[in-house]
Amino acid sequence: MNTIKLMLSATALTSVVASAVAAETTFRYGFQGSLGSLDPYSLSETFTLGTLTNVYEGLTRRDENLQIQPGLAESWEIIEPTRWRFNLRQGVKFHNGNDFTAADVVFSANRVRSEGSDLKARIPTDAEFIAVDDHTVDVVLSSANPILHSEWHTWMIVDQEWTVTTDSVQVTTAADTSVTTISQETNGTGPFMIAEHTTGVETNFTANAGWWGWNGKAPNVDRVEFKTIAADATRVAALLSGEMDLVYPVPPQDIGRVESNAATSALVGPELRTIFLGMDQARDVLTYSNVTDANPLQDVRVRQAFYHAIDAVAISARIMRGQATPSALMLAPSLFSGSGAFERLAYDPELSKQLLADAGYPDGFEIQLDCPNDRYVNDEAICQAVAAMMARAGITVNVNAQPKAQFFARVLAAGGYDTSFYLLGWSPSSFDSWNVLTQLHGCRTQNEGTGPFNIGGYCNLKVDELAAQVLVENDAAKRDELIAQAYKMTTDDVAYLPLHQQGLAWGVSEKFSVAQRADNIFRFSLITAAK
Amino acid sequence: MSTDYQTNEAKSLLRRVLDSDIWYSFKKSKVTMVAAGVALIIFLAALLAPLLAPHNPFDLASLSLMDSLLPPSWTGMGDPRYLLGTDDQGRDVLSTILYGSRISIAVGLASVAFAAVLGITLGLVAGYMGGAVDAVIMRVADVQLSFPAILIALLIDGTISGLTGGVNREETAFTVLVISIGLSFWVQYARTVRSSTLVERDKEYVQAARLIGLHPFLIMLRHVLPNVMGPVLVIATINLALAIITEATLSFLGVGMPSTQPSLGTMIRIGNDFLFSGEWWITLFPGALLAVLVLAVNLLGDWLRDALNPKLR
Amino acid sequence: MIAFVIRRIIQSIIVIMVVGLVAFVMFRFVGDPVNQMVGLETSIADRELLREQLGLNQPLIVQYWHFISNAAQGDFGTSYQYRRPVSEILGERLPATLELALVSAIFAIAAGIPMGVYTALYRDSVLSNIFLTVSLIGISLPSFLVGILLIFIFSVHLQWLPSFGRGEVVDLGWWSTGLLTATGLKAIILPAITLGLFQMTLIMRLVRSEMMEVLRTDFVKFAKARGLKTRVVHFGHALKNTMIPVITITGLQFGSIIAFAIITETVFQWPGSGLLFLQAVQNVDVPIMAAYLLMIAFLFVLINLIVDVLYVVVDPRIRLEGS
Repeated sequence: MNTIKLMLSATALTSVVASAVAAETTFRYGFQGSLGSLDPYSLSETFTLGTLTNVYEGLTRRDENLQIQPGLAESWEIIEPTRWRFNLRQGVKFHNGNDFTAADVVFSANRVRSEGSDLKARIPTDAEFIAVDDHTVDVVLSSANPILHSEWHTWMIVDQEWTVTTDSVQVTTAADTSVTTISQETNGTGPFMIAEHTTGVETNFTANAGWWGWNGKAPNVDRVEFKTIAADATRVAALLSGEMDLVYPVPPQDIGRVESNAATSALVGPELRTIFLGMDQARDVLTYSNVTDANPLQDVRVRQAFYHAIDAVAISARIMRGQATPSALMLAPSLFSGSGAFERLAYDPELSKQLLADAGYPDGFEIQLDCPNDRYVNDEAICQAVAAMMARAGITVNVNAQPKAQFFARVLAAGGYDTSFYLLGWSPSSFDSWNVLTQLHGCRTQNEGTGPFNIGGYCNLKVDELAAQVLVENDAAKRDELIAQAYKMTTDDVAYLPLHQQGLAWGVSEKFSVAQRADNIFRFSLITAAK
Repeated sequence: MSTDYQTNEAKSLLRRVLDSDIWYSFKKSKVTMVAAGVALIIFLAALLAPLLAPHNPFDLASLSLMDSLLPPSWTGMGDPRYLLGTDDQGRDVLSTILYGSRISIAVGLASVAFAAVLGITLGLVAGYMGGAVDAVIMRVADVQLSFPAILIALLIDGTISGLTGGVNREETAFTVLVISIGLSFWVQYARTVRSSTLVERDKEYVQAARLIGLHPFLIMLRHVLPNVMGPVLVIATINLALAIITEATLSFLGVGMPSTQPSLGTMIRIGNDFLFSGEWWITLFPGALLAVLVLAVNLLGDWLRDALNPKLR
Repeated sequence: MIAFVIRRIIQSIIVIMVVGLVAFVMFRFVGDPVNQMVGLETSIADRELLREQLGLNQPLIVQYWHFISNAAQGDFGTSYQYRRPVSEILGERLPATLELALVSAIFAIAAGIPMGVYTALYRDSVLSNIFLTVSLIGISLPSFLVGILLIFIFSVHLQWLPSFGRGEVVDLGWWSTGLLTATGLKAIILPAITLGLFQMTLIMRLVRSEMMEVLRTDFVKFAKARGLKTRVVHFGHALKNTMIPVITITGLQFGSIIAFAIITETVFQWPGSGLLFLQAVQNVDVPIMAAYLLMIAFLFVLINLIVDVLYVVVDPRIRLEGS
């Protein structure tokens, strides 16, 4: 996997050969995580998929503002309510020279839904893909679905011939003992190709000069080098010392430092992820509390008391240093047109005490707050601050901060929702309210797919009904009205305690400018070298 | 330092200390006296933290985020209530340091005690029993050495918090730290005690004790212990310094004391995040106190080793 | 002699296996590996399927047996995170750690021995006291703080040395080295100092005390009495005699160097096996954790054995237990 990189002799050689050749531009960036498998269907995780979208492409793309744009499909239309037609881009070639055709799309659609794929949810199981001709694909659905293609920018098309000949048809899962080619090498249609990949350490990309999106122009950069830098301080230091052209995430407290450095600046923007607190409303007795004969959180007054006790503005200002926006809803305001009508409950510890007394807990009670400590920006510090705020309202909160591996193993469905009070972050992968209403607010039932992340077990059948209507409503205005009604119910019920949308913070060298997308996906083709 | 003690077992430790040249050597070394003074002050301050600290950093209701990240009061930008400034949660740094050093010292002392008891017992057993028991204990010791505190702590902490779901982390963290740090230290004691036991085992008095029906173990303990007291004391002192540092190191890996019950190491780890942003006081003060404390204990250990080593006198 | 070595090896293997079993039991509680292998939205049914395929539903002892019998054939399984054979990944990462350990050991010896000799010969000089105190301060700060301070000074402020990584590496067969390129050499300085500081202090103090003892022995006194030059006595005789314990201790410090490499590698994002292990713990990558621990235990037992055998060879007076 390692490649010989004799930098010294290489530079010596080029200077001898020709000075007329324009200098190669190399862009170096560091991120806290690493690239696992290179198989684009192995793991549904933002960084892995986002990085691979520079190499592979989907039928659609999303631009800087997350608007859906044509990708490998030049255009599409809904020819019948349940039949979509995609017209594919012509003359596109995979990196190995193979032509991109409708057969590759059909193959990819089957592979992404096959056993072992972690992206099965990208396409409904009963959707049928039909290659009408070499550059036309029809998708036949069993019921109307206005957001069918909303997540297709991360469903990437693989080359059928290459995948089959390299014996990589089976999606690489962790259970595989043999190493498949597709998990270690790539063959996409995208603007960049992976030249070297050292597992967990670095990945180097070279520009694909033949990419259709360059529109005949030369690639913006010739080479992109990615390195994992896990420790926050080291990552920031690597930017400040000029070793890196981009690092992210930059911790909120270091933004000032990155800004004050002459050669770097901070690129900040809102992220789609909402950080919130959830409460167990399903159990009749709380698991982690000193109240052993009831579940106080089933009483809406107690949930309101919790809400009023938390000063989200102070958390955003102090813990997040202004790099967060307090939120009234469980999704980013930019994702829902009617979000302006909702407001947070006021911070009022006295009212909290009153509400607690009304609910029969004049002296408050004790509860454990489960919290990850390596997942979200300043997650543990937020929990600690919440504990201090609630203490003033008479509620004793014991913070239990754990690494994400242990935290998620307990609180998610697989761990039996083993928590009474927890902190979580959520960004709807489809950028749409329906995702929030079903995944976070849908009643947990035995059926798969309803409320899997509704850890607290909130259940309001009317909300479920509205969500069902939202799914099939093709009229945008009506749809928004239904969504607003649903959010009215969930906020009146105090289903959750939303805190804020955390901000994105990237540190960028003055030598380049980059486009920051609110879903934290970094697209190499949007890098521009400064002058 | 060898055979005299066997006949004078009634002599108390204190008596022997004063009889030896230790006291003289202590008074002769200015560095040692300063180190002892500093260590004493820190120990006392830690012990009396609840009385000395201007605030109680564990009383959550008294904290306000609006008071967070205040610089030390003398800089002119701080608040007179907080002499050394506040951290990201609005905790008074001075009070947190006092409480934190209490936790650090407690972890250090407890893990050293744990290691000493375990090591002395195993060393005695290994030396006296010999054969298979000895082989097993010493091979375990070999492997133990290859698993230093950091590895052990990562594993034990992972296991415990997996088992308990992290509940009561504030209580389990202390135990985890003491066990993992203690486990990595016992080998030194065991080896010292074992070799001393090997020497004593074949001596006549042990045979004699057996003949008159006394349990040989008790006899061994009473004869071996005085012989190894010097080395054990030296190891313990140096280990104490090492244990305090190890605890700090572990907090960097996220297996130290939780941030709601910070030790000095936890405070440094938290303060690390604020080094680049200019809030130096969150790291500097706990860091300096930790360094001074460990340095003082190390100097004491140094002196003790030289003073107890008859060859150097 | 041969019987002794064989017995030691058999004992050690048994102990390693028991330690392995204990570690294996513990892994089970570190977290749920399946959670780390799939995206958040993966259904419970798919998770269960994966668990089944991985054999995580089998009794622990069966899993352990699989692991040990495969490991005996050099197969440590496939990493959960990276979907590649663990032996391959460890092979990639090990050179980085060993190089770092080696360079820091050289630094520790090169700086520690002269300082130790000096402080032993001139016990009460000002410089000796400075050496002793400064070296103590170096180990009185947690190494992660030392590392970050070094980065802060030499990378961010002075911009002399890189803050992370190994620089350019050159492949020599299966070994990748950073010691043959300028960037690689620059990159190793800060991590090596951070890692070697503790050993340096240890060696310095050891040399000092050994030297002080040797200087008092009869044979040094005789040498002096014979009229040999002080320098010859000090370096030819005294220092030579302190070397055996110094080498032994340095060898036996292997375990702690490797363990502290976890911290150093994390601070400097050094792509070695320690960082790999820490990330494996965070991501519940059991095959990597198990292989790493096994490797450490094996190497250490091996070194221990060599040291013991060398003792006997060097000094025949030492009686082998049981022989």
